[in-house]
Amino acid sequence: MRNNHPVQLLALVAIAIGALLSACGEPPWNNPHPPAPDELMIYQSVMTPAPPKHLDPAISYASDESLYLMQIYEPPMGYHFLKRPYELLPLGVEDFPQLTYLDEAGNEVEEGDDNVAFTRYTLTVREDEHYQPHPAFALDGEGEPLYLFDSPEAGAAFRQIPDFPQTGHRRVLANDYVYAIKRLADPLNGSPMLGFMAQYIVGMKEFSERVAGVEREGWLNLDDFTMKGLKVLDERTYTITIMGRYPQFVYWLAMHFFSPIAPEVDRFYHNPGFDQRNLTLDWWPVGSGPYMMVQNNPNSAIVLERNPNYREDFFPTEGEPGDLEKGLLADAGKPIPFVDRAVYRLEKEVLPLWTKFLQGFYDRSGEVHGNTNGVFDQAFVVGPDGVEMSEDLADHNITMSPDVKPGIYYYGFNMRDPVVGGYTEDKRKLRQALQIAFNTEEYLNIFYKGNGITAHNLIPPGIPGHLDGEAGVNPYTHDWVDGEAVRKPIEYARQLLAEAGYPSGRDARTGEPLKIFIDVQSQAIGNTSMNWMDRVFSELGVQVEFRPADWNRTREKLLTGNTQIYSHGWLADYPDPENFLFLLYGPESPLLCKCDGANNSNYGSEEYDDLFRQMRVLPPGEERAALVARMVELFRQDAVWLFVYYPKDIYLNNSWVYNTKRHGISKATLKYLRLDTEERARKQVAWNQPITWPLWATAAGVVGLIMPGVVAYRRRQNATARKAAERTRN
Amino acid sequence: MFAYIVRRMLYAIPILIGVNLLTFTLFFVVNSPDDMAVSQLGEKYVTPEAIATWKKKNGYDKPLFVNAGAEGSEVLTDTIFFSKSLKLFAFDFGRSESGRDITTDVATRMWPSLAVALPNFAIGIWVNICVALMVVMFHATRLDRWAVFVFVSLMSISYLFYIIGGQFLVAKTWKLVPISGFNIEAQPWKFLILPVLVGVVAGIGSGARWYRTLFLEEANQDYVRTARAKGASEISILFKHILPNALIPILTGVVVLIPSLFMGSLLIESFFGIPGLGSYMLDAIKSQDFAIVRSMVFIGSILYIIGLILTDISYTWADPRVRLN
Repeated sequence: MRNNHPVQLLALVAIAIGALLSACGEPPWNNPHPPAPDELMIYQSVMTPAPPKHLDPAISYASDESLYLMQIYEPPMGYHFLKRPYELLPLGVEDFPQLTYLDEAGNEVEEGDDNVAFTRYTLTVREDEHYQPHPAFALDGEGEPLYLFDSPEAGAAFRQIPDFPQTGHRRVLANDYVYAIKRLADPLNGSPMLGFMAQYIVGMKEFSERVAGVEREGWLNLDDFTMKGLKVLDERTYTITIMGRYPQFVYWLAMHFFSPIAPEVDRFYHNPGFDQRNLTLDWWPVGSGPYMMVQNNPNSAIVLERNPNYREDFFPTEGEPGDLEKGLLADAGKPIPFVDRAVYRLEKEVLPLWTKFLQGFYDRSGEVHGNTNGVFDQAFVVGPDGVEMSEDLADHNITMSPDVKPGIYYYGFNMRDPVVGGYTEDKRKLRQALQIAFNTEEYLNIFYKGNGITAHNLIPPGIPGHLDGEAGVNPYTHDWVDGEAVRKPIEYARQLLAEAGYPSGRDARTGEPLKIFIDVQSQAIGNTSMNWMDRVFSELGVQVEFRPADWNRTREKLLTGNTQIYSHGWLADYPDPENFLFLLYGPESPLLCKCDGANNSNYGSEEYDDLFRQMRVLPPGEERAALVARMVELFRQDAVWLFVYYPKDIYLNNSWVYNTKRHGISKATLKYLRLDTEERARKQVAWNQPITWPLWATAAGVVGLIMPGVVAYRRRQNATARKAAERTRN
Repeated sequence: MFAYIVRRMLYAIPILIGVNLLTFTLFFVVNSPDDMAVSQLGEKYVTPEAIATWKKKNGYDKPLFVNAGAEGSEVLTDTIFFSKSLKLFAFDFGRSESGRDITTDVATRMWPSLAVALPNFAIGIWVNICVALMVVMFHATRLDRWAVFVFVSLMSISYLFYIIGGQFLVAKTWKLVPISGFNIEAQPWKFLILPVLVGVVAGIGSGARWYRTLFLEEANQDYVRTARAKGASEISILFKHILPNALIPILTGVVVLIPSLFMGSLLIESFFGIPGLGSYMLDAIKSQDFAIVRSMVFIGSILYIIGLILTDISYTWADPRVRLN
């Protein structure tokens, strides 16, 4: 360094940067994906904000997990991709289940017979349903499973499923569906469905108790145990018998819990030592769906690839009105799936996700969440026709897929609370006044940027029982004016409050101000939201005290009824009004059932409960619709919840992604997705030309900072004592 | 020295028991086994039977600390605390609450953590020492005063600002490197440039200022004046005289961190999508996975104790006068 001239140093730095840049290769340098063959249609997406915890179809019960499970497994039933209201379809079976009604003695009876004690579902498995290639099906020369080991050491060389050189496959059999239901009942699996399904499937509880008492060493073949409600009639036909009538059971058959599991797969994963290397069904699913898992790295990415044994399947030829115009039927009748490989990379933070999406490295903004809320301001503008893409992003030709989830978020009253609960007229008026004061439309605009729809009904759009327009308006809180629902004025709320015994928000008897207590989940609400609520209720003269707590403590309060107003949400399991109306069914009150009941408002209306019991066992039709309408009316009249809204999310798609219609219930939509990979490659290069001048500027800056020091140092080193003394004198 | 190390390792046992007890208590103050069960079972249709089954399957069906229904030593041993803690001391971390093998996960995740932490650590120290020495060389000049001002300014800026600013400028605006991720198949080094750069720049303020203070103390010593009087160059004085003599306090702060590098960084890993142990811990806390939290705290404690022992050993290397008795 001592002999270096500044120019030499600069040259050295320039050479170093040049070498670094040349090592980067062709742009885009910021491409986070590894190179892949051009001929493959690879879908680049995200898993966010955390990797899935469970992928065993008996155990998993989370929407971000079903995103993968529903591509890999094919349950007996499924949903039409395009039609709304949601329409059920046979998926793994040939046709809709055949229903047989039985009396207590097991004799067949008519559907409407009062003696119906059981319902038997008969299902016939598709003939062309095959499992993906998997080592569990690999056989040796004698037809015995190839990969069965006696000790952990024998199989120690295999750390992941792709490590097994041999694979096999076979047809899906009726017994596989039955085996899967037995796995739900095996207490060792800890399925969340056990407690619930044991109420319906005949013999499930007894099966579970019997299996629990069995001494286990390694794999327990559940085929050795019978469940009274399950029968395999032949290779392709099986029956499930449930107690009483439960028409919604067919919807459960569309969930992954009922997907087929081959017993040999279960046995394979019980090889000694496999669980210590995470070689389990919970981590490496094996199904007959359009895709199979080829990589499961919770730290980095989950990769699905086309299942070569997937049956013949085609893009639907019909949709709901408007789908044709939107181009959603452009691929009608074409064989699916289109995508060869789907890569879901872990993204925990929204900024990197959003940046990669805008750079073209992710095809969509999200899978289970649109991820647009955090960056909404820069992505969208509110135009005359609603939400539009901002000008900055106009050249990206991004398309939007709005998604009104079949769910509700609400703040509910505890109907057993001495202040806001009860069924007298004054209590109803008090709650209605509070409902009117809580301006849900304003709340959604401010805090959710319009991503939500004010609910007048506890049944969301897309589900029978939900009504739009004037017929769907809650007449206790809104009026229908000039073709739209308008919230009743605050003066009317004040009047109701006075009639309830609280003129100007003060108790007419004591003069004390009315104070309400709202239990909120601390992680789900901010100070600004609380301030806003404080303000809206102060318009009535009502004081509010918030009681923030984490979810565990909130849950405790709900279980013990120790709450006045609480926040909660519900996402539908299936598109039937029963899945929402049960949220107010009396016996579902946690105080009554001494369980995690869904009726956290502890609503208890005999009429409602009677109607619910009738509605639950009725098939869809006018009679059922009338019962549903009456229950909705009771919900409105009794003002059970403070406010409700339907969550809405916007998913963004880059211009090369097609068939992106959101399905609120089913996640089995990857097989419909199509990409123009050539356009994507072009756009990625165009959008990601690196800007290199900052590198040169930084290098020059660093040299500029160092050089004065070097010069000063050299001067000091070369100075003589005399010169230094002269400098000091001067 | 060997006896000293053995003694220190024996001291570690009560420390580890204490840390484990504290972690256990803190975790179960805010979470009950029922909460954990509900969290794992999915919050919908969760029946009391399902909760009981989960607790039994995962070993949470016993009392926390004292089993009043048991007899003899089982009053203390037939408890969640004892059964879960004992295995830790045998380095059997068991399975996470979601069923994955923790040892496998830790072994897999420590490499990405190291890949970021090690260059960050090494380059960071090198840069900080060089910058500090340069500033010391110009002590009491305008350059020195400006440098201190810059150091304090850099220290005052939030770490998050460096991360988000770095991502915005280098990855989003200039498009020089990927904004986040870690892909072993796609030139993994290019994913490390930004987190290491951010880590080094964010650490310059505090690091260089601290080293400057240490070096200045040495710079005023007699042996430095003697070296200068004998005609040694400033570079030689800085690197051959001041730096070795300032090593003891530097080692105190640095060597203790070396084993902990395996544990990764919560912020860096989370924002840059590095699949290391830092984000593993963060995810476990969010999902109430006590098995992982307990194991990670235990591993962290052991590594910290090893770090302290290594620090003591490094003193003997840096200063031959130090003896470990």
